[in-house]
Amino acid sequence: MSSPGILTAGLSRCFGRQQAVAGLSLLVPRGAVYGFLGPNGSGKTTTIRMLLGLIAPDEGTIEVLGRPMPRSSAWVLPQVGALIEGPAFHPYLSGLDNLRRLDVCDATADPRTRPARIESALHRVGLEAAARKRYRQYSLGMKQRLGLAGALLAPREVLILDEPTNGLDPQGTREVRTLVRSLAADGTTVLVSSHLLSEVEQVATHVGIMSAGRLLAQGTLDEVLGGAAPSLQVETTEPEAAAALLTRLGLREIVVDRTHDRLTAALGEHDPADVNRELVQAGVPVRAIATVRPALEDLFVQLTGEGFDVLQ
Amino acid sequence: MSSNEPAALVDHGADPGLAIESTGRGPRSPRRGAFARLLGSELRLVFRRRRNLALLIVLAGPPVLIGIAVKTSAPHGGNGFFGQITGNGLFLVYTALTVSLPLFLPLAVGVVGGDSIAGEAGAGTLRYLLTIPVGRTRLLVAKALSVLVFVTAAVVVVAVSGLITGWVLFGIRDLTLLSGDTVSLADGLLRTAALTLYVVIALTGLVAIAMFISTLTEVPIAAMAATVAATIIVQVLDAVPQIGSARSWLFTHNWLGFGELLRSDVDVRTLIGWSMLQVGYVVIFGSLAWARFTTKDITS
Repeated sequence: MSSPGILTAGLSRCFGRQQAVAGLSLLVPRGAVYGFLGPNGSGKTTTIRMLLGLIAPDEGTIEVLGRPMPRSSAWVLPQVGALIEGPAFHPYLSGLDNLRRLDVCDATADPRTRPARIESALHRVGLEAAARKRYRQYSLGMKQRLGLAGALLAPREVLILDEPTNGLDPQGTREVRTLVRSLAADGTTVLVSSHLLSEVEQVATHVGIMSAGRLLAQGTLDEVLGGAAPSLQVETTEPEAAAALLTRLGLREIVVDRTHDRLTAALGEHDPADVNRELVQAGVPVRAIATVRPALEDLFVQLTGEGFDVLQ
Repeated sequence: MSSNEPAALVDHGADPGLAIESTGRGPRSPRRGAFARLLGSELRLVFRRRRNLALLIVLAGPPVLIGIAVKTSAPHGGNGFFGQITGNGLFLVYTALTVSLPLFLPLAVGVVGGDSIAGEAGAGTLRYLLTIPVGRTRLLVAKALSVLVFVTAAVVVVAVSGLITGWVLFGIRDLTLLSGDTVSLADGLLRTAALTLYVVIALTGLVAIAMFISTLTEVPIAAMAATVAATIIVQVLDAVPQIGSARSWLFTHNWLGFGELLRSDVDVRTLIGWSMLQVGYVVIFGSLAWARFTTKDITS
């Protein structure tokens, strides 16, 4: 169990002149929920396809569960459930028949437990009621749920979920989050690619941020968020007085925002409760005081740029 | 897990189905009979698809139409097999196969063979099959076999439709061979069965070509059209005398050679030679399809 869930080294792939992925070294520890982030076109899906042996890398190595891919596909892939660029099923078959077909194609699947496993997968994604409907008649959210059910047909060591909440309503999004958490609690390694940062921030233990084919940051959520350096935010009608006091207490990076009667400072080693007591004792009227962690979104924008432009 | 979120999707406390979870994760090895189950699944996919069933029904049509046309027209008529239908309904089988071979049967090969890989690629289901993992070689072989079974069914439908129509409209009786000898009805039916089998063999080269074309594209209709176009082009070439003896290497050249089975002394060697040509096409285009499919980047 010591080998990482997913490990790549120097992974590169060109399409024509376009460098889709360049020198990517991913590390997804066993049991992690790894948020794989990046703007559209940053190479996430190409990377996922290489991890699963669908696309051959130009350079670099891939190990999943400690075995090389794609050479060990037959050993690795039965333990990996995947949702790749949205669900895809035969439109003229029912959801149930589609899952049956997927499971029959798995040479390692036990035909005797097939009905029970399919039922359990449908149950997990809440699709039992629509199982006998043709896939063609499914809504986008139902299709996405069926795709998730397909990834859960067998017990998995690793789950690779590319944009799993695409097309789901807020309720469905929450359900997927809960599902990911419960799978992770069972010890499954999960890689979730997404551009919805708040969503990833809520479930991920680790993140990797990609842009233009390169990995810009990777590590635990705390590490990536700059050692989780929280800042102190104080709302007061007398920000200057507060700033003077905080300077005396030794806080740094004090920024006064007069329009909002607010100031922020790097908290450092200070206890916010002590700071609050000092402020009150010094007669500074404190309306609100809070410790604020930098949001993943701020970091993401800082790393990948503001604009809507697709990066080349 | 946070407590304020609904646990509907994962509330498996009382669900017996989830007992399987306890069988655990980890490596799993292939089980016996997996390929047979895969082939069964492919066959169900092919034979449950309405389009393919409609194709089989359409193929049953021409023999019936020919039979009715012959029945309602002047009693004497036509060259070759046509002229003999009124005398013996068995000849409607040969007529039906002769009429269906240039276009209708290649169309069946093109639709089902061309769709085999390209259809899964176009629908996006190929990426899920391959990550199961189904094994690219296994999938290609299972697909090719299922196409071959469908093509066999298509040829049998044409032959059986001709046989039933001929029997109902003209009756079937002892068979007068091309050489003038007459053989018993049982012998005639046996020859008819062998002849039907020969037509299936004659189409195997085209099946391999269709499979290869299907690995080249993600657009199934393009693979279907290309297969049918290839058949037509080759038949046109086969009609150009200047090409000379090279024509005998064309995969369509001996398609209508099944008449050989209606001679009193069947030249088995010639039939085997013609069949070997198809084997050659299967080996070449099967290898190309394999080489292409097992190295292809799946981006659909």
